[in-house]
Amino acid sequence: MRIDCQHVWEHISAYIDGEVDVELRAEIDRHLETCEICSAVLDSTRNVVVLMADDRVFELPAGFSSRLHERLDKELELAGPS
Amino acid sequence: MGLGRVFGFAKRARIEVDGAIVLLRDKSGRLAGRGGMKRLARASMATASNPEFEAECIRRILAGEKELFHELIRPMERAIYFMQLSLLRNEVEAEDAAQETAIKVYLNLRNFRGDSQFRTWVLSIARNEGLGRLRKQSSRREDSLDAETDEQTGDYTPAILTSWREVPSEALERKELGGLLRAAIEGLPAIYRNVVLLRDIEEMDVRETAAVLGIQEGAVKVRLHRARALLQRELAPRLKGFAPSRKGLFGWGA
Repeated sequence: MRIDCQHVWEHISAYIDGEVDVELRAEIDRHLETCEICSAVLDSTRNVVVLMADDRVFELPAGFSSRLHERLDKELELAGPS
Repeated sequence: MGLGRVFGFAKRARIEVDGAIVLLRDKSGRLAGRGGMKRLARASMATASNPEFEAECIRRILAGEKELFHELIRPMERAIYFMQLSLLRNEVEAEDAAQETAIKVYLNLRNFRGDSQFRTWVLSIARNEGLGRLRKQSSRREDSLDAETDEQTGDYTPAILTSWREVPSEALERKELGGLLRAAIEGLPAIYRNVVLLRDIEEMDVRETAAVLGIQEGAVKVRLHRARALLQRELAPRLKGFAPSRKGLFGWGA
C-alpha cells in the first residue's frame, strides 16, 4: 500500500529521531524516493534540527560565565549549602 | 553529561546511517552532523560531567570544599541559561534567573537525593525559578504554561519548497541566521518551546526531557513533532536566502 504525503509528514519527527519501526521506515523511504516535495520537507526539517543543535547558533551572551562565577563566589563566601 | 554525550553521538550516528543527504559542512567540507561540533567542544569536559564525578563533588562540597561548586555547575550553565531564556524571552532577565538558579542549587545541594540525574534535578530548579518569575509578570499571563494543552489542534502542514536543502556552514557565522532561529523558537507556544530547547538545543533524550518538564514521554514526542513542523514552516522559506547562489555540490541551486 502506498502512503500519502500527509502520512509522511505526520511521522517526520519520529523518522528523524530514528523512532519509526522498520516497516514504516521502509514505506517512508519508498515514498521519499519518488516524492520531491516530501524529500524537501524532510531535508528542511532535518536542517532546522541540525541548526538548533549548533552552539554557534545558540551562544551564551558574552561574559555570561564569568559573571555567573563571580556572583557564585560572593555567595560561596556568605553561606554554605543548607 | 556523560550520558548526554553518549545519546548525542548515538543520535548523530543514527542520522548518518539514515542515509541522510549531507546537511552541514564546515569550511574544509567535513561533515558536521547534528550536534557534532558541540559534542567535540564538550568532549573536553568529560571528567566534569559524569555521575561519579558529580557525586564525589557534591560529597566534598557538603564537607566544606565550597569552591568545587564552580566545577559542578559549569557543565550545566548553558542549559540553565537557555531554559530561562525560553521561559522569560529576555536576555537580561534570563541571565539573572540563571544566576539565581545556580545559587539555589548550591544552597539546596543537601536535598539532592541522587534518585534522578543531577542535571535533571538542576533543570527542574531552573524551570521552577523561571516559572516563578513568569507568574510575577502579569503582562505575560496570556502565555501561561498551564493554559495550553496537547489537545489544541493546529495546522501543521509543512512549507513546501524544493530548492532549499542545505545550509552552508558560513551562514552560521552570520548573526541573522541565529536571529531567525531564535525568533522562530521564541514565537512557538511555550509548551513546544521547552521541549525544543531540551530535545533539540540541549540534546537531551526523551526520558530526561519528560522528567524535567514533568510530562509523559509520549507528550514529549507529540510536542516535539509539532514544534519542529511549526519551525520548518516558519524557517524553511526564510532560510532559502542562506542557500548558496551557485549550483551546489548536489545540484541544487538557490
